[in-house]
Amino acid sequence: MKVLRALAVAMLMIVAAASLFPQLITGASYARQFRELPDSPPSRQHWLGTDDLGRDRLSRLLYGTRVSLLLAPAAALLATLLAALIGGIAGFEGGRTEKVVMGATDLFLSLPWLFLLITVRAAMPLNVSPGASVMITFALLGCLGWAGAARVICSAARSVAGADFILLARASGDGGFRLLWRHVLPNLRPIVLAQFWLSVPAFILTEANLGVLGLGVSEPLPSWGSLLKDLGTFDGISASVWQFAPLLLFVLVVSSFHLVLTSEELPA
Amino acid sequence: MKTRLAFFILLTAFSMRSAMAQAGGELRFCLHSEPKTFNPLMAEDDSSEAIRYLTGGVLVRLNRQTQQLEPELATAWKISDQGKTITFHLRSNLHFSDGTAFTADDVAYTVKQLMDPALHSPVGDEFRAGTGAVQTRVIKKDQVSITFPAPISGMDKLFDQVAILSAQSPKKEMAVLGPYYVADNKAGAYLLLKRNPNYWKHDAAGRQLPYVETVHIDIQQNRDIEMLRLTRGEIDFINSIDPEYYDKVSSTNAAMANDAGVSLDSEQMWFNQVPGSPLSSYKKAWFTSTNFRRAISESINRADLSRIAFRGHARPAVGPISPGNKFWFNSSLQPHPFDQKSALQRLSQDGFRFNDGVLRDRDGHAVEFSIITNAGNKYRERMATMIQQDLSGIGIKVNVVTLDFPSLIERITRTFDYEACILGLMNNDLDPNSQMNVWLSSSDNHQWNPSQKTPATAWEAEIDKIMHAQASSLDLKTRKQLIDRLQEIAWQQEPFIYLVNKNALSAVSPSLRNAHPVVLNPQVYWNIDQLSLGSEIARNR
Amino acid sequence: MVLVLLGGFAGALLVRFAPGFGTDDAELDSRLSSQSIQSIRRANQDQAAFATFYFRYLGNLVRGDLGQSRTLQQPVAQLLCERFPATLKLVALGLGLGWFLGVSFAIATIMARAAYLDVVTGLFVGVLLCLPASVLALLFVLARLPAQLLLAVVILPKVYRYSRNLLVSSAALPHVLTARAKGLGEWRVLFWHIFPTVAPQFVALAGVCVSIAFTAAIPVEALCDIPGIGQLAWKAALGRDVSLLVNLTLLVTLITVVGNSASDLLKRSPSLEVA
Repeated sequence: MKVLRALAVAMLMIVAAASLFPQLITGASYARQFRELPDSPPSRQHWLGTDDLGRDRLSRLLYGTRVSLLLAPAAALLATLLAALIGGIAGFEGGRTEKVVMGATDLFLSLPWLFLLITVRAAMPLNVSPGASVMITFALLGCLGWAGAARVICSAARSVAGADFILLARASGDGGFRLLWRHVLPNLRPIVLAQFWLSVPAFILTEANLGVLGLGVSEPLPSWGSLLKDLGTFDGISASVWQFAPLLLFVLVVSSFHLVLTSEELPA
Repeated sequence: MKTRLAFFILLTAFSMRSAMAQAGGELRFCLHSEPKTFNPLMAEDDSSEAIRYLTGGVLVRLNRQTQQLEPELATAWKISDQGKTITFHLRSNLHFSDGTAFTADDVAYTVKQLMDPALHSPVGDEFRAGTGAVQTRVIKKDQVSITFPAPISGMDKLFDQVAILSAQSPKKEMAVLGPYYVADNKAGAYLLLKRNPNYWKHDAAGRQLPYVETVHIDIQQNRDIEMLRLTRGEIDFINSIDPEYYDKVSSTNAAMANDAGVSLDSEQMWFNQVPGSPLSSYKKAWFTSTNFRRAISESINRADLSRIAFRGHARPAVGPISPGNKFWFNSSLQPHPFDQKSALQRLSQDGFRFNDGVLRDRDGHAVEFSIITNAGNKYRERMATMIQQDLSGIGIKVNVVTLDFPSLIERITRTFDYEACILGLMNNDLDPNSQMNVWLSSSDNHQWNPSQKTPATAWEAEIDKIMHAQASSLDLKTRKQLIDRLQEIAWQQEPFIYLVNKNALSAVSPSLRNAHPVVLNPQVYWNIDQLSLGSEIARNR
Repeated sequence: MVLVLLGGFAGALLVRFAPGFGTDDAELDSRLSSQSIQSIRRANQDQAAFATFYFRYLGNLVRGDLGQSRTLQQPVAQLLCERFPATLKLVALGLGLGWFLGVSFAIATIMARAAYLDVVTGLFVGVLLCLPASVLALLFVLARLPAQLLLAVVILPKVYRYSRNLLVSSAALPHVLTARAKGLGEWRVLFWHIFPTVAPQFVALAGVCVSIAFTAAIPVEALCDIPGIGQLAWKAALGRDVSLLVNLTLLVTLITVVGNSASDLLKRSPSLEVA
């Protein structure tokens, strides 16, 4: 397991490095269209071939990795922290506080937040840069994605709040936020980590799905979501192996996150 | 003698086989959304129009293959009174699907409903010309005349869209005169149409049409799944297929793929020229400059758009009339050539300067604008991305913004908060009079600057005159000259930068007999009453 | 009840002030005259006065009239009645199978206590998480599997991940280690010592999964063309059909509140209270 974890860490570092310095791997721009070579197979000039507009797939994959690998975990972290704080406080306080907070959470879960995303996009100037646009989208996803986990965290926090060691900590003089931060939240780690690990791919795929409504990344900037979208078509069924590179990389990175974040070893 | 007998036996066997092939069976295909209405007068979306075509009986039918008008419920018609009156002689002894008799009263009733101003029928609006009421007169049980307040060019062809309603039937619009009637409708899932037992048409052998007993229409929005189902034989055709799927079908079974040639549809881009829009004044100045628009047009590589975005199944567009519309197309015009040098020269006439890879106007503003288009349409997204690269060649920065359709409509019709837009025009009418509401400067659909109180430019004033003149003229030669002039003005001024005309692509299963896909909609099932299924398919369904 | 009404109000507010509200595709139909287009715009503006609209809607709701869908031209009540069974079937199947598989995989991981199984299951679930719903939908159609099972594939990773982490952390608790040391069998340890500890969280997860399932039903139904309320919600969102969306939001809020309240009640039952 330690070996696997080390490999996972190495994998993540290699992917991060490649996405931060793509010019070291490929000289082609992610935007340039080689129009004489649309949908071409791998070659010396284009290691993963080109897409439907003749753009270098490897370059788009590396730059897309940068966008998704930076923003999706950031959004997932935001959602997870919000869930941990809100759910943690509600469960820890219990009583009326928990009722009100969880009621608000239920309401939050039910609302069609899609319209908020559309409204925010409409409020942005049309000439906003693709980078800024996608950052705002992920930030919104982070702000909106906490509600489901908050409920589970609240329940776990209530269980922990009634534990003996918490009683001991209170007797020792700990209270309020210190008690929550130092004793309760660390014991919620399994759920919090589960939420984080689930959110990263979920946000990447949500960004892809939002593209149908014009809320995803703007051309020509690539993202994993926009690259994966092409696989969900009839063409994708008979796609060649190299066209699955984004999916493969996505799976590898998510699996590496899983291995790195699985700190709880199975009991012997 | 023996030879004759053998020949007779063979002929009988063949006829019997044909008879077996043609009788019964269930035709299956998909619509991409459920019909919004079964009232044929209010059919506006594609699905409602499909149901209208399959169930509605019309007085005259435009043969989609020959593009000639043919008698249907009317055996003959005559236009008189300088193009204001049309008189129909109707077939006798016909009945609606529920048995109600068809008479001239039904035609009068239908026209009255159609022209009801409160109904706002899209088909009815095509008949509106001049002020005043429409008069219908039932001359005899099988003869009716309709008088409009002003002449309508191409009036007879418009009746191809008017499905006759029964004035008497308690079933209202569900009682039909067409080849099928709606037997079952599971909302969001499917529609089942059954053969109209009272359909009046018979084939040469005297057998009642249509051949196919039922039509099962699935509501299938997902085109990938639709494509999968076609390859598996679960459906019999795809009426309009995307270029990628066409290529896939073509590579696996070339006989299934049909390219009927260039369609009447076009894809175009336009700049916002609304004076009251919230754009900065220097951008308004750019967009209202003919030189600017022509330069942009010359900087777009239409051949690449056709070859790459549409996989070669489109051709560079010239103007508002597609080359597929052979009579009305102005063949003296060619697509603007891709010539960025010429584009820069044109721009320099307006004071633009190209330095260090950036184009600036006379006041030093870097030329940058956004193009909006509807999200989810991958062809438009591709074109926008390709135009983005093309224009970067002359130092223009383009931002591609895809929006969901309601947001886009709001920007181009209400707030006018946009700079450039790419959309398409679906054209099913050969007669350019149908584009009246696009070219009249006072119209709401005059996209680049709608609802003008007076024409903003001399060329728009000239277009207004042209459209009015051709609408009131009955002489085809005169109208052709006027429409040619319209196309010249559009070519020179580029209010719409026409990009491509798409090809009419469809896919038809080999089990479907007598299908001859054409350019006009509905491409595959235009002759629905003549279609038949292979005997094995007919038996198994 | 207050929550449900608030949910409807907030949902309607979001729709009302979203861009594109009050527009209609028909406005771009070049056959329509200016008068017809103006008439379409006026008809859509009837719902523009938001407060009036919502209170009138509530008044009609009390009388059982859920309003008329602008995009589908049918009564909302009829649409919901026709389509709810399909969604219910999808959600029930998806939740049931998703939970069964998710919890089973988590239990198998705990019971086997083999690192390789943990890794392999985690990777498998990771792959499911990474596959876009559109790819899954196509794969299901290719394999001729019922599209209803797609929801199970969406729910499974969440259930597995939470369950696995909860069970693992619970298995390391002192009382569980003591039970094992005393020689109790693995299944007994699982059912008598581990499950009771994590039961409240499981129940909370179940409550949340109900609302997640209904939300996930939207893309699943839209992709697979299942005529349920998820597909209806998608069409209503694209068409800014506020009548339909208000009703759907109310329904989803009601289901969420009921689901979570039920799980809260269950958590409070004596058998599930942690000693």
